[in-house]
Amino acid sequence: MDLFSASHITKQFAAHKALNEVSIAVPEGSIFGLLGPNGAGKTTLIRIINQIIAPDAGELFFQGRKLLPQDVEQIGYLPEERGLYKKMKVGEQALYLAQLKGLSRQEAGKRLTYWFSNFGITSWWNRKVEELSKGMQQKVQFIITVIHQPRLLIFDEPFSGFDPINVNLLKEEILNLKAAGSTIIFSTHNMASVEELCDHIALINNARKILDGNVKAIKKQYSTNTFEVRFNTFGQDLRALLPGSFEILETGMDEALRIARIRLPEDAGPNDLLALLMPHATIHSLNEIIPSMNDIFIRVVTEKEAAL
Amino acid sequence: MKKILLIIRREYLTRVKKRSFIIMTILGPLLMAGIVIVPIYIATTTNETKQIGVIDETGFFYQKFKDSDNIRFHYLETTIWSAKETFGNSDDYALLYIPKTEIALPTNAILYAGTQVNINVKSYIRNVMSKRIEDLKLEAQLRDLTREDATPIDVNDLLRSIKTSVDLSTIKIGPDGQEEKSYTEVSMVLAFFGAILIYFFIFMFGSQVMRGVIEEKTSRIVEVIISSVKPFQLMMGKIVGVALVGLTQFALWVVLTFIIITAVTSTFTGTTLSETTTQQMMESPAGSFDPGQVIRMAPESQPEEGVNEVMAAINSIDFPVMIGSFLFFFLFGYLMYAALFAAIGGAVDSEADTQQFILPLTAPLILAIVVAQFIVQEPNGPMAFWLSLVPFTSPVVMMIRIPFGVPYYEVALSMALLLLGFLVTTWLAAKIYRTGILMYGKKISYKELWKWLKY
Repeated sequence: MDLFSASHITKQFAAHKALNEVSIAVPEGSIFGLLGPNGAGKTTLIRIINQIIAPDAGELFFQGRKLLPQDVEQIGYLPEERGLYKKMKVGEQALYLAQLKGLSRQEAGKRLTYWFSNFGITSWWNRKVEELSKGMQQKVQFIITVIHQPRLLIFDEPFSGFDPINVNLLKEEILNLKAAGSTIIFSTHNMASVEELCDHIALINNARKILDGNVKAIKKQYSTNTFEVRFNTFGQDLRALLPGSFEILETGMDEALRIARIRLPEDAGPNDLLALLMPHATIHSLNEIIPSMNDIFIRVVTEKEAAL
Repeated sequence: MKKILLIIRREYLTRVKKRSFIIMTILGPLLMAGIVIVPIYIATTTNETKQIGVIDETGFFYQKFKDSDNIRFHYLETTIWSAKETFGNSDDYALLYIPKTEIALPTNAILYAGTQVNINVKSYIRNVMSKRIEDLKLEAQLRDLTREDATPIDVNDLLRSIKTSVDLSTIKIGPDGQEEKSYTEVSMVLAFFGAILIYFFIFMFGSQVMRGVIEEKTSRIVEVIISSVKPFQLMMGKIVGVALVGLTQFALWVVLTFIIITAVTSTFTGTTLSETTTQQMMESPAGSFDPGQVIRMAPESQPEEGVNEVMAAINSIDFPVMIGSFLFFFLFGYLMYAALFAAIGGAVDSEADTQQFILPLTAPLILAIVVAQFIVQEPNGPMAFWLSLVPFTSPVVMMIRIPFGVPYYEVALSMALLLLGFLVTTWLAAKIYRTGILMYGKKISYKELWKWLKY
């Protein structure tokens, strides 16, 4: 079941169309990646989901019904542009922001005590935010995002501005949250993190959604039947061994081994390639080249742009 | 609603806990008290013998004013007009005039003098007069009680019924016997005081709202907050929170100034004065502040030099209108400007970028203060009339006009226009604000703002 879905969202800013008929569906308990180049409209979509701005057209659904204003209390949002009141004490500030999300003061205090001790930052409670390092502030920021145990978490470019240690911590926490049953949307142009974390993605470019679905399915769809083979040299020209329908994309050397990337015709599989090569060479390894999300991203975006 | 209260609470508490707030709260009253106390101090330290001529048309006070070390009274048998004419040539320090009353006992007196009258002299005269009148009242009551058909009366009621306060006003006269003081002068003081107060409040606390918005924007917390509350709630919460800070500071200033002045004057002057003022301090409900109350209390206490004149003239001023409209223009003038200040804060990235917007915004206010001196000269002229209708200038200009008397319908029209102005500007400001707070790193032009209004 989808925890959240948006259908045919359109948003126009004066002459600039930020979103054009964009629909997404976020299955419950999944991690959903919102991808796209800068300026594609990701942040606008996220702000619409958070009801910070209203769409010109389109509908939003949460838990199977229309999204309501009070649903903000079930959503946790870590914006791309994020920060804290510099002059305010950490604990007081966390209490304030938790209360704005609908928690009572007592409940907020109880949960904050738990999270602060969990992160080992209890001693920061009475310190002003400006006294903390950037990394420390990011931890506080993360706690504030999840303190009200939202059913839906939205991270806009969560890894930008975080140092590598905190990126790892954040990844771990995101996976923990998923395990605990939360549904997570995050937007990024960092493709590596998509492959690591996301179950589903939607790719947005120029205000339109150009691709969406399950990450594994997409990868399968975009795989090109290409293999990388490493073998011992044997003098003969590789081209002469393979039929014309086998396309050699790249050849190279790695120490004593030769490497070749070969795209197979649609009706051929890895066994066919092995059968052709084995009489003439010692095969050390054979790997399928699975397109990275980055490749797919670039390919889809350039294809769409070429089509325009 | 609960969330807007949370916002107001935070805005209020973080500001009143600031060191700058505490310093301002202490410095303000010291300054104010200094302005009031220094002239009193000077007035009380001159100790030469003073002669005062008395014209008592009532005859009740004959020989009641006793000479003391430095005051001598002598009774004049002329009319007040001729006495005033000859006053300039006499050695008299002041001329006490107790006008004839038809039915009631005299409780009014006027003290004509060429200079500021020493406060001890005034409190002495007031004491003698009220004591004499209380005696007369007591006599009359006792006469009533000794009659056959007299109804018994509680002694406390009796004491209360005879309690008398004397209204002693001071009027400055020149050497030629012309009265220099007129009601206009007092109206002018009230006019400038009200106008400057509003001007100052709008400027100081309006820009605090703006800085608060800029702080939220530059610290990048604003988007976190508006994922929980509507931008409009955040804006209004801030505006109201800052207004409460301003009112708190204002109330503390009034109370502290009053305390300091009372404490200092009571050490300088006789017991009478300190008794009456401390008594009033007790009577005024602790903790609650009402600007009207201080003024209402004043006629009886008259602790400060010059208050008498103000009080005499104040009777000619329409008080409910004055105080009511002061509160209205004060509040809505602030609210309207604060919303616009918030919009500026939302539109820019740093305080340095605000100049191009602040100047046009505050120009009407500055204009109003600049033309104030012309308006007091012609409080019902066309310039005064139009500027007191335009919402951007009306809070200041109307406050200048009201002490001189303004037709009710004009005040009502001005209020209606200000209310309308407040609603329209807040609506527009909210649009700019909610777009601006999400825009980073963009130099904002007026053209850009115009576009935001249409989003």
